[in-house]
Amino acid sequence: MGEPTPAQEPILEMTGVGKVFPGVVALADVDFRLYPGEVHALMGENGAGKSTLIKVLTGVYDIDAGSIRLNGEDVRFSGPLQAQRAGISTVYQEVNLCPNLSVAENIFIGREPRRFGAIQWRRMRRRSAELLRGLDLDLDVTALLGSYSIAIQQMVAIARAVDISAKVLILDEPTSSLDASEVEQLFAVMRRLKREGLAIVFVSHFLDQVYDIADRMTVLRNGKRVGEYRVAELPQAQLVSAMIGKELAVLEELEEQEKPSTAALEQGEPVLAATGVARKGAIEPFSLTIHQGEVVGLAGLLGSGRTELARLLFAADKADQGTFSFGTDTVSMRGPRTAMEHGVAFSSENRRTEGVVGELTVRENIVLALQASRGWARPIPRGRQDELVDKYIKALDIRPANPDTQVRNLSGGNQQKVLLARWLITEPKLLIVDEPTRGIDVGAKAEIQRLLAQLSGDGMAVLFISAELEEVLRLSHKIAVLRDRRLVEQLDNTDDVDVDRILATIASGSATGEDS
Amino acid sequence: MSRLAPIVRHRLFWPAVALVLLLVSNLFFSADFFAVRIKDGHLYGSLVDILRGSTPLVLVALGMTLVIATAGIDLSVGSVIAIVGAVACLRVSELDDQNSVTGVLAAVAVAVVLSLVLGLWNGVLVAAVGIQPIIATLILLVGGRGIAQLITDGQIINVRSSPYRTIGAGYALTIPVAVIIAAAVVAVAVLLTRRTALGLLIESVGSSPTASRLAGIQARRLTLIVYVFSGFCAGVAGLIYSSNISSADGNNAGALIELDAILAVVIGGTALTGGRFSIAGSVLGAVLIQTLNITIYTAGVPGRFTLLFKAVVVVVLCLAQSPTFRTKVFGRWRRSKPPTAGPTPGAPAPAEVAA
Repeated sequence: MGEPTPAQEPILEMTGVGKVFPGVVALADVDFRLYPGEVHALMGENGAGKSTLIKVLTGVYDIDAGSIRLNGEDVRFSGPLQAQRAGISTVYQEVNLCPNLSVAENIFIGREPRRFGAIQWRRMRRRSAELLRGLDLDLDVTALLGSYSIAIQQMVAIARAVDISAKVLILDEPTSSLDASEVEQLFAVMRRLKREGLAIVFVSHFLDQVYDIADRMTVLRNGKRVGEYRVAELPQAQLVSAMIGKELAVLEELEEQEKPSTAALEQGEPVLAATGVARKGAIEPFSLTIHQGEVVGLAGLLGSGRTELARLLFAADKADQGTFSFGTDTVSMRGPRTAMEHGVAFSSENRRTEGVVGELTVRENIVLALQASRGWARPIPRGRQDELVDKYIKALDIRPANPDTQVRNLSGGNQQKVLLARWLITEPKLLIVDEPTRGIDVGAKAEIQRLLAQLSGDGMAVLFISAELEEVLRLSHKIAVLRDRRLVEQLDNTDDVDVDRILATIASGSATGEDS
Repeated sequence: MSRLAPIVRHRLFWPAVALVLLLVSNLFFSADFFAVRIKDGHLYGSLVDILRGSTPLVLVALGMTLVIATAGIDLSVGSVIAIVGAVACLRVSELDDQNSVTGVLAAVAVAVVLSLVLGLWNGVLVAAVGIQPIIATLILLVGGRGIAQLITDGQIINVRSSPYRTIGAGYALTIPVAVIIAAAVVAVAVLLTRRTALGLLIESVGSSPTASRLAGIQARRLTLIVYVFSGFCAGVAGLIYSSNISSADGNNAGALIELDAILAVVIGGTALTGGRFSIAGSVLGAVLIQTLNITIYTAGVPGRFTLLFKAVVVVVLCLAQSPTFRTKVFGRWRRSKPPTAGPTPGAPAPAEVAA
């Protein structure tokens, strides 16, 4: 456990904080301490409670239990404005400033310097320029904010936040859309603010960046605090296992099943071979071949490029370079339709926004992809629809078993099943499933995993993405490990591959770096 | 109450009630309002007038329904009516013999093709160029009115052609031709959207464009189709309108009809946000608006109150249809569900608790 760096009082101290949403404990008995002059990383996987903690800190949510002390005084925020007045400012991943206003206007919007009611434009511009120079930025403050890069926009947001109330600055995923040099620029600003005594909370899923900039970190998992560490004292591999934890497998029996060896599968026909495929800002060039009946698992932290890779294979996003071949044909992927014509199906991780159409019924959602590929002029006859829909409602145990229910009224697990049914009736050769088990209950999770295992047994190729490494290990024949938007390793899932081995690969960037 | 509940909750219940109330209220002003007689070999009566008079609006609302279902909007329909009427009347007026059936048919064909081209223009701007529908169709709303005035040279073109007049004012098998045309277009639209998969795909694109794209639906092509169809509907409406008065008025033909059409669609239960659409609802809405216009006239409401009266009726109807208003006013009489049925925006579902 990390001792506080300087011998002084924490500027912010949260003790035993709890937050419950209907059906979910988002935070339970979480302690969090923040000292002036430190960069403190808040670490955790998807759903660990980072966002909730930040929202509690910034007054978006009230707490159900525990206390928050700021500067030694008990505080309770009734809204973001109170938190800001008390000295806690946040800069989000999506810069929430106005791109169509000037830099100076953005810095002073809502608190413009006035005299006799009139805005003192010259003074506003001068103060803005001074503020930005304090961050080593020399900008034309009269230019529109939108004309600058996201990185600069973020720094303008930081300048504004710091000028409003400079005690605690929260940066939520600030680097996710920045390139390497922009990240350096941002870190320089952060170091400068740190020297001036500001306390900075830094949230990022880029481990290297955390190790580069942060002094201490607090790790959350499933809404609980795992621990508070000094960055220098916690190796990356230990951090990753602290974040992911080791939960008991729900589905021991799948592991018992005899899987065909990767060697045997690779004798089979490749369904899809991607060679040198890349998209700028999404994923570095990678090559990946998926064979008939093979389950390829993608492992990596959130933001490591798992989803980006999958989207390129379905042409949901277009690749900048590289070639795709199906069987022996090289195909130029123009969009999802091209992928579908070659038997690729894709179930998105954003089930609600990119998956099911909530307003439509279960039946309509299930037939949607098949109907789309047939074209509007060739409707699927009603009898055939009923047959297909009934079959999959039964096979996947979709509840309620009423094909005329609106999908928006179904639970997450059942929506996921509807989405799977939509693709299964197209009889795909390759099924790409991105986080099919996220946010659904244990029973449905197990059913979906069993289904995927069965489908691959019947010869379907599956690309399986999950943040839960146990799941990936249980299902996959081959595991592709991603880190910082690069495919760093492809491992055959042999007996000696376990969670630790994958964690080591994720942490070090190669399978051999287990000693890091 | 319990047996009536499904009927009361049907989305067309309140518009239907309003229509019946309006029709019945006409009895106070004209006792033989519901009388339909056969006179000179065709149907005659106020109800027939209402039906015939509502045909342009029914057609425009029909096209508007599909456009709105894709979460779009077509403001240009009034201008298309003006252009199509102007072109058709100009061609007919240039005929050596205005009563030549083939000549009139040729003029109508040109006008219909033109309406398709105008719809295509809107569709290309929205689907291919990616301009917001309200802006894209605003171009033709403004520009199209100008084009119509150029075609008519700022004058009203009068025609004396009995074949042309048949479209809007004639009768076939005792029924007004305009009603037959409108019914045919509506029937074709219903068949096309509900017997093929067109309706489902349109609703899917309107509800969730992203999910639809990832399901392999070619949203652009569908968007193009609905704008072309809307142009076609407005074109046919323009023919009926100009034929009925045997003249083309580039300044006033179809003016503000887009607003009535949008109103008809909304009354019919199709949300402006796109998705589920109801052609029957829009037809009902259009007939309702026409009935309202007629009622105002038969009730002898002074001209300067007409718009105000119409507004009041529309407000009442919209309130009756609004679920929020209904639960607030009538909620305590029912076993009410708590208003927090859906997840509150701030409280995330399990999957969204942390990013």
